Amino acid sequence: MLLGIIDGILTGGVYALMASGLTLIFGVMEVISVAQGIFVILGAYLSYSLEAHFGIDLFLGLFITIPALFIVGIAVEWAFLRRLKAQERIAMSILVTYAVFLIIEGVLNIVYGTNYFALHAWYVTQSVELFGVYLSYIYIFGFLLAAGLLAALYVVLYRTRFGASVRAAMQDRTAASLVGVDVRRVSTITFGIGTAVTAAGGMIYGATNSFNANSAEDLISRLLVIVVLGGLGSIGGALAAAVLMLVIEDVVAVVWSPDWATVIFFLALVAVLSIRPVGLFGRQAARAQ
Amino acid sequence: MVRRIGIGVWSVIFVLLALVPVIEGNPTFTSIGVFTLIFMSSASAWNGFSGYSGYISLGNGVFYGTGAYALTVIALDAHMAPSGDIFWLVPLAGLIAAIIAVPFGFIALRVRRHTFVVITIAIFFVFQLLAYNFSFTGGSAGLLPPTPNWVGNTYNDPFYYVAFAVLVFTVLLFWGIRRSRFGLHLLAIRDDEDRARGLGVKVLRIKMLGFVLSAFVTGMGGAIFAFFIGQVYPQYAFDPVFGITVALMTFFGGIGTISGPLLGALLLEPIEQYLTIQYSVGSLYLIIYGALFLLVILFMPRGLVPTIGDWRRFVRVHLAQRREKVLPAKGDAVVGDDVAGDVPAVTTGMQ
Repeated sequence: MLLGIIDGILTGGVYALMASGLTLIFGVMEVISVAQGIFVILGAYLSYSLEAHFGIDLFLGLFITIPALFIVGIAVEWAFLRRLKAQERIAMSILVTYAVFLIIEGVLNIVYGTNYFALHAWYVTQSVELFGVYLSYIYIFGFLLAAGLLAALYVVLYRTRFGASVRAAMQDRTAASLVGVDVRRVSTITFGIGTAVTAAGGMIYGATNSFNANSAEDLISRLLVIVVLGGLGSIGGALAAAVLMLVIEDVVAVVWSPDWATVIFFLALVAVLSIRPVGLFGRQAARAQ
Repeated sequence: MVRRIGIGVWSVIFVLLALVPVIEGNPTFTSIGVFTLIFMSSASAWNGFSGYSGYISLGNGVFYGTGAYALTVIALDAHMAPSGDIFWLVPLAGLIAAIIAVPFGFIALRVRRHTFVVITIAIFFVFQLLAYNFSFTGGSAGLLPPTPNWVGNTYNDPFYYVAFAVLVFTVLLFWGIRRSRFGLHLLAIRDDEDRARGLGVKVLRIKMLGFVLSAFVTGMGGAIFAFFIGQVYPQYAFDPVFGITVALMTFFGGIGTISGPLLGALLLEPIEQYLTIQYSVGSLYLIIYGALFLLVILFMPRGLVPTIGDWRRFVRVHLAQRREKVLPAKGDAVVGDDVAGDVPAVTTGMQ
């Protein structure tokens, strides 16, 4: 039980990081990036390659993989999302990013095959005792890293000029551009940032799970559940929902069975949305069309 | 006029489809044909709800999987002989999928747009996990439906004709809906749900009916699929890619039209099957599929059928201008309205 709670909080932090990227992108651009799941896996594979071929430590490798995924994100935004029309924007964005998802999945399958991979390092294999339960170091390091990056994201959003333009664009794109915010540029960079966080998320995911390109399907469905539950566009909501859902899932996994834990995970979303269609912390009325 | 040409073209295509096993008896070919027909009806069913009402569902895999398991479980529990009689279970499996759609719709149809998309994905995964966890579904080991002992090159033919019959039923069903009051209600919901409700459309009831009919057809497709391949596993029967595949096919052909999903599935499914057979690993297929789809979205976001309609209209107007004749505005509007017509709902005709 205690193990479930601690485990849930620690992994919840990592999911919070990945989900915050997704919800940030939605908030600014009104785009749902289904490709977020495959970007996480891409980040995990990149970390693997750097470690296996160049012996670069997983955490040091982030200095390469984070900028790399930032560039991938910018390229995707520039090549495809920028060209979407305002009409049916959300539905189209789901389909476009799904196509990107399929392409990257196909490439990863060809490059790495479909066998399961896992990331290796001393902190993955060694454990430490915490409140009477044993945990691998990676859970703690990963949680600290995720917390650090989320804090950095907070500083960027609330303490810089760029952050002010992002928040302005989240509130109202038209009004923001009227007061001189370059909304297109802000959108591109936001998509880059939202994608870049998956590099860190992917590294931790790859170190705590075995993965192949197919894992992205499971991952994106969880991330979507988290951001919708938290209220799309609300970063605080995504954080709370991520930790809440992962704690629930891990507790159920420990006290009942891991198979049913995932069912509970999705049923929780269905239950919450039937009562509160905008999610826990959503502010926009979901009924407006 | 144009509408009549469209119906003519499709009649020829359907006659050809009906004759496929006679013309080309090669089992590989007819096997691709069975999958293509199943996807033509599944894509039409997706379009019949999501395309008409604007509620983009990515959870239609629920009905496909339910249909697949329903046929298998009933056939096994009733100890049915492995013969063509099992085909009678196909409509029953569709019915079970339709019943499943009622609680599903009751939860999902209360929310709109992207929340609806996400909730359909979530419910889909619940069903996939249930198939893994229940005992009557055989868990991850799956189930083996009875396999008929037909031999030779004609093994696929009964499956082909049943799938063809389901397709004809589907096309007539959604063609009828498109021309009915019910179809207009669905389109009104797509255009402006609040206003439609204000004008007296019983929105929840209409959406639910559309959803259930879509589930019925998709469930029949899943049932034929299970009987045809002779095995059901959670990850193939409840395939996460299914929901997006039917959506892609519809968008490719033209969402909201009758011919769009038919054309999309007719063009894309054989490519998929061919690439899977040719390269055994589906990876290359994923890349080609993704790239093709990006091209369509970026260059003809409305899909093939409406875009072709636009081109025809463009050419016509130019020819007319060259002849220095001014086209009457009415004729102009009809040209854009191809076989099925991507018609802005309410203008089509009030009853």
